[in-house]
Amino acid sequence: MAKNYEIRLSGSGGQGLILAGIILARAAVHDKRRTTQTQSYGPESRGGYSRADVIISDSEIYFPEATSFDCLLSLTQEACDKYIFDIKEQGVLIVDTTFVKNLSLVSDNTYEVPFTDIAQEKLGSPITTNIISLSFLVKITGVVKPESLKKAIEESVKPAFVSLNLKAMELGFELAQQYKK
Amino acid sequence: MPKTKTEKTKVAAVKEAPIKESPKKDNRKVVLMQGNEAVALGALDAGVNFFAGYPITPSTEIAEILAAELPKRNGVFVQMEDEIASICAITGASLAGAKTLTATSGPGFSLMQEGIGFAKITETPCVVVNVQRSGPSTGMPTSPAQGDIMQAKWGTHGDAPAIVLYPDSVKESYELTIRAVNLSEKYRTCVILLLDEVIGHMREAVTLPDIENVRVISRIKPTVPPQWYKHYDENQKYLSPLASYGEGYRFHVTGLTHDSHGFPTNKASEAADMMERLRKKISHNIRDLVQIESHKMEDATIAIFAAGITSRAAKSAVAAARAEGIKVGLLRPLTIWPFPDDAVRRMLRNVETVIVPELNQGQLIHEIQRLTKDKSDSNLIAIQRVNGRLITPNDILRKIKEVC
Amino acid sequence: MANIPQKIIHEYLRHDKKFPHVWCSGCSNGIVLGGIIRAIADMQLDRDDIMMVSGIGCSSRMPVYVDFNTLHTLHGRSIAYATGIKLHKPHMKVIVVTGDGDCTAIGGNHLIHAARRNIDLTVVLINNNIYGMTGGQCSPTTPHEAIATTAPYGNIEPDFNICNLAMGAGASFVGRTTAFHAIEMQNMIKDAIIHPGFSMVEVISACPVIFGRLNKKGGAPDMMKAMRDNSIPLAAVEKLPPEKVEGKIIRGILRRDERPEYCDEYAKLVKRVQAKEAK
Repeated sequence: MAKNYEIRLSGSGGQGLILAGIILARAAVHDKRRTTQTQSYGPESRGGYSRADVIISDSEIYFPEATSFDCLLSLTQEACDKYIFDIKEQGVLIVDTTFVKNLSLVSDNTYEVPFTDIAQEKLGSPITTNIISLSFLVKITGVVKPESLKKAIEESVKPAFVSLNLKAMELGFELAQQYKK
Repeated sequence: MPKTKTEKTKVAAVKEAPIKESPKKDNRKVVLMQGNEAVALGALDAGVNFFAGYPITPSTEIAEILAAELPKRNGVFVQMEDEIASICAITGASLAGAKTLTATSGPGFSLMQEGIGFAKITETPCVVVNVQRSGPSTGMPTSPAQGDIMQAKWGTHGDAPAIVLYPDSVKESYELTIRAVNLSEKYRTCVILLLDEVIGHMREAVTLPDIENVRVISRIKPTVPPQWYKHYDENQKYLSPLASYGEGYRFHVTGLTHDSHGFPTNKASEAADMMERLRKKISHNIRDLVQIESHKMEDATIAIFAAGITSRAAKSAVAAARAEGIKVGLLRPLTIWPFPDDAVRRMLRNVETVIVPELNQGQLIHEIQRLTKDKSDSNLIAIQRVNGRLITPNDILRKIKEVC
Repeated sequence: MANIPQKIIHEYLRHDKKFPHVWCSGCSNGIVLGGIIRAIADMQLDRDDIMMVSGIGCSSRMPVYVDFNTLHTLHGRSIAYATGIKLHKPHMKVIVVTGDGDCTAIGGNHLIHAARRNIDLTVVLINNNIYGMTGGQCSPTTPHEAIATTAPYGNIEPDFNICNLAMGAGASFVGRTTAFHAIEMQNMIKDAIIHPGFSMVEVISACPVIFGRLNKKGGAPDMMKAMRDNSIPLAAVEKLPPEKVEGKIIRGILRRDERPEYCDEYAKLVKRVQAKEAK
């Protein structure tokens, strides 16, 4: 039985994590893998807590929520503190150091990148933080093919924003190249 | 022999399932789809052409998709002033000949109960989708719960038959929506589809069948001249033709207890006939109505009985326990009402322990208790959670290890 | 009235098992039923195209007696059921028969929203100022200080002006008449059915057995006379000094506007969407 690859994208409402989860799951579909994407969020559209889980597998996925993570992305300190101890032993942790200042656990697989600052600086707005960090995650973990991610982004964002988000994707890939251990 | 009977039930269930596998598999597109989206597409593929609803989390996507899609297919979408108006509008439209559906969640489902009773006593086809959320009252709108299982059966006042379906995946949400519409048309009643919040909002890769392979059932129209038409005609299966308003059959429909023509009655014999008809319509067709999934039950000594999202945690737990050599299986009802009594009795005969995980303070477990012979609960183990979080595979696995 | 041809009754009433009707002697409901069927006979409408929907209450028992498509629904919900029927079969003439409690208390929400949508329903609201069927409880139109079984010391609430409510919500045809003015009522119902949009005819009616007895209004003839004496036609209002208008029932078509009708608007939307899809 092939193993499930469990990913949790966590942060707060408005950071675009659920969209990132949908894009990742869609990329997995392009890779002809099985996938589930679930989410949990507070009643607020902006602020509050928000998380998206994506499980990618080659066999039937039973329980659709991630329970121990092969990869955790945290864009806020609160989300990071909440989930950090549920990472698997060899699991990958990616945090946005724009907001995550304290890490209670680090390993060889920990990546600390100021995604929001970079988004602001390079693309003029923090709005693409989700795509930059997701693309970083994809490149580091290899969980889906980069071209599948590209296709999924094109399908998932409004036509007017495709080029901006593809720039964000490239930026994420470059960062991964830079940070890769 | 219990085993053979299981097989028979399964065969009947498969036969009734509306989806046939398509021969040209490669042409079918795999899409990432949300549970609520699957319900909306299932409704359209089943021929639903009238939706009246009121937005409520976590069911709103169903209304949003149908608002966009129904006008393209000459169907009607109308956002009503509340959920009461919604159930009434779909019942009215159904009597005028439409295939109808509405979607809601706990608070709206509570408001709809009187209207659901009306659809049942007047034997009017319609489907109510309840994407359950944490309750009571406003509860936690974006959190899952399985608290409406009993309400789905007993929510409306008086004795009324209930057909309630309960999917565990996005694909099955599509399939059971079609089945719900089909059963509502066939049995002329309000069929309820219960979804878990997590299933309504979750996305999975789904391969939809070709539309020509979807089996659609529509109400039988009368063939007799209007003066011979009885709105509630009797036959062996308690299923009778249904005329539509505006087509020459000037029939009367009332929420009062009525005779076979639909006119109000106070006669004890006619009242008894009507109530019997409502009951037998369901009880004489259990084979057709009940669908169950039996997962690794062949040699199981421990059984888990779970529905919807909780059954997915159970399946993970079964896999993990079996990897350690524990003989455990899962019995999952796809039809929750009428309750799968026969399948549960067989399960109770064949296993030593039954674990019933559910996201409420004990609803399904009472039905299992009803069917246990010695009424001692020692071998019946509950896992219950009502804090807005799911029961996880580990929660169930721990219990399995405790009992074996 | 004396020369009502017998055949109207034969053509429009259901005779087997449905009579005698449930209404008390002296009740105005039968007069309204007569008005509705004469209006329909006048227009020579096809019975198969007529839908009569009602809720719960004395007036709401009317559909069982008429040989149309008929639906007797839940308390307060008749307009919501009617909305479903009309939207699916827009060619049908949908008439809602309801009462003051059914339509403006429990069903008030559906009334205002149907009026706002301007869906082509004809609501005939028989206002007898009380819950008659259940023995005389207070309704939203029970007058201030009047007696009801649930207002045994006199009603302390102000009453609804139903026509103003309907107009405020956007109804495009609103009229008021009384059961005494049978010919006026019949013509107003006819106008309301013809009107393409949400129409409401409020018929002030007499409930001598319940409301009349509780409030010492005399018998049915006295209550009919009161309708005659306490009402004035809209046309006369302007000519009269205010003190002669005060407290009187004003009869007539209070509003008749042309506004986009909901089923028409929906049909247009469908056309627009499909044209865009075809591109």
